Amino acid sequence: MTVRPMVNRDSQFFWDGTRAGELRIQRCNACGARRFPPGPACQSCDAYDRGYDVAAGTGTVFSYVVHRHPPVPGKELPIVIALIDLDEGVRMVGEVVDVSDEEIEIGMPLRVDFNRIDDELTLPVWRRAEEMP
Amino acid sequence: MSPLSRKAAIAGIGATEFSKASGRSELQLSVEAVRAALADCGLGVEDVDGLTTFTMDTSSEIALARELGIKELRFFSRINYGGGAACATVQQAAMAVTTGVADVVVCYRGFNERSESRFGQFSLAAATQVNTNGLDNAWTYPMGLGTPAATVAMQARRYMHEYGATSADFGAVAVADRRHAATNPHAFFYEKPITLEDHQASRMIVDPLHLLDCCQESDGAVALVVTSVERARDLRQRPAVVAAAAQGSGADQYVMTSYYRDDIGIPEMGVVGRELWRQSMLAPDHMPMAILYDHFTPYVLMQLEELGFCGRGEAKDFIADGAIELGGRLPLNTHGGQLGEAYIHGMNGIAEAVRQLRGTSVNQVPDVPHVLVTAGTGVPTSGLILSA
Ligand SMILES: [Zn+2]
Repeated sequence: MTVRPMVNRDSQFFWDGTRAGELRIQRCNACGARRFPPGPACQSCDAYDRGYDVAAGTGTVFSYVVHRHPPVPGKELPIVIALIDLDEGVRMVGEVVDVSDEEIEIGMPLRVDFNRIDDELTLPVWRRAEEMP
Repeated sequence: MSPLSRKAAIAGIGATEFSKASGRSELQLSVEAVRAALADCGLGVEDVDGLTTFTMDTSSEIALARELGIKELRFFSRINYGGGAACATVQQAAMAVTTGVADVVVCYRGFNERSESRFGQFSLAAATQVNTNGLDNAWTYPMGLGTPAATVAMQARRYMHEYGATSADFGAVAVADRRHAATNPHAFFYEKPITLEDHQASRMIVDPLHLLDCCQESDGAVALVVTSVERARDLRQRPAVVAAAAQGSGADQYVMTSYYRDDIGIPEMGVVGRELWRQSMLAPDHMPMAILYDHFTPYVLMQLEELGFCGRGEAKDFIADGAIELGGRLPLNTHGGQLGEAYIHGMNGIAEAVRQLRGTSVNQVPDVPHVLVTAGTGVPTSGLILSA
């Protein structure tokens, strides 16, 4: 069983995006500032008017962990989880699904992929950048 | 001089035993701890007119008042953010006492955190809470990052990369705590010291954290009686005067996952530190020892830096060669810390600071005029400077 995200009006666009195969990053319609995680008020200019960019889906590892214990719902352990600096200048947490605990390192380039859980939920996951077609 | 400084004191401390299965309800544990704390200083339940605890505590102030037989309360409050609340409960009490809102406020925390709701497990409750904390957790828990150890490991890995700290440096904290716990009969790990080799050989939980970097889930309760310094001086014990009491939240703050600011770290503890030094008009050099929150070892190093005991990235050198053990330059967590004594969400550390100021610790540091105590790390947090 996968842990499902709590979603509200401010974050719905992100999860609509993953379902559509897009990694969406909130962008302020007034000043253009990007942010992640999303929220209702621009941290740069205070505006509420906001849209999103579709990220290129590339980034590098800022930090990472290898989770071995205790159990994580819906996961077969160990799993590699990274904090990823996206090329658009925001940072997010994601599971790295095809890099072993021996190989993962800070600075490694990654590319996003999408793991469809069911009709409602698709999770972004990350793979080694050079192995993508 | 801060109007809060040196007006209130911790007059009494009390606790239950610390165990892995208390066999009583969480409410009963808190009742027992409060009675012990009142007995310690010679006050009765009829003297108590305020209660304060953690938002996370499952025993409400009114439930506790009913069991204790407290008829009326004039002050009650809760502090959010897990273990970050510990020292802030004393701040709440000190503010209430200093302003005359209440005369005697008891801070309490009691839980069956091993035998009932285990904090170290992946928390579905945290991921599904209907509030902004639950929304914040949407960016980590579904991705598989949802245990306290994992959230700390992410910070620890980056810290190692930035500053060259190693797992052995984290291990020095565990070795110091366990050395202190080994001579504390109330500690889980009484007579069970470890070596750095034991630490390095312990199994990986979430790389880079080994098992011995992580505290033990615990059952137990601690209570602290706060009243005015004047009144405390007439009671049974030597008062631990609240020289400073601070809370802190940093820029772009989250609960355990402040990952989106440029330099991740724990700047919220810097906020606490600056306020503690300002209120108390003291400095790190005045501290012969400290109680630094140690649910996981890496944050002890980061706290030393945020609090000004050493420069950024220098904690690994600061703690070397037994500096944080008894007899060292800055003994830490003389009760054994949460790694060695028990994990009572930081409240047991405050009790140890009080014992050090009274001169009654099992690991007494000579001549202790002041003790710095911190609360939970990785979360909005708090701190105290207590003085004799
Ligand atoms: Zn804007």
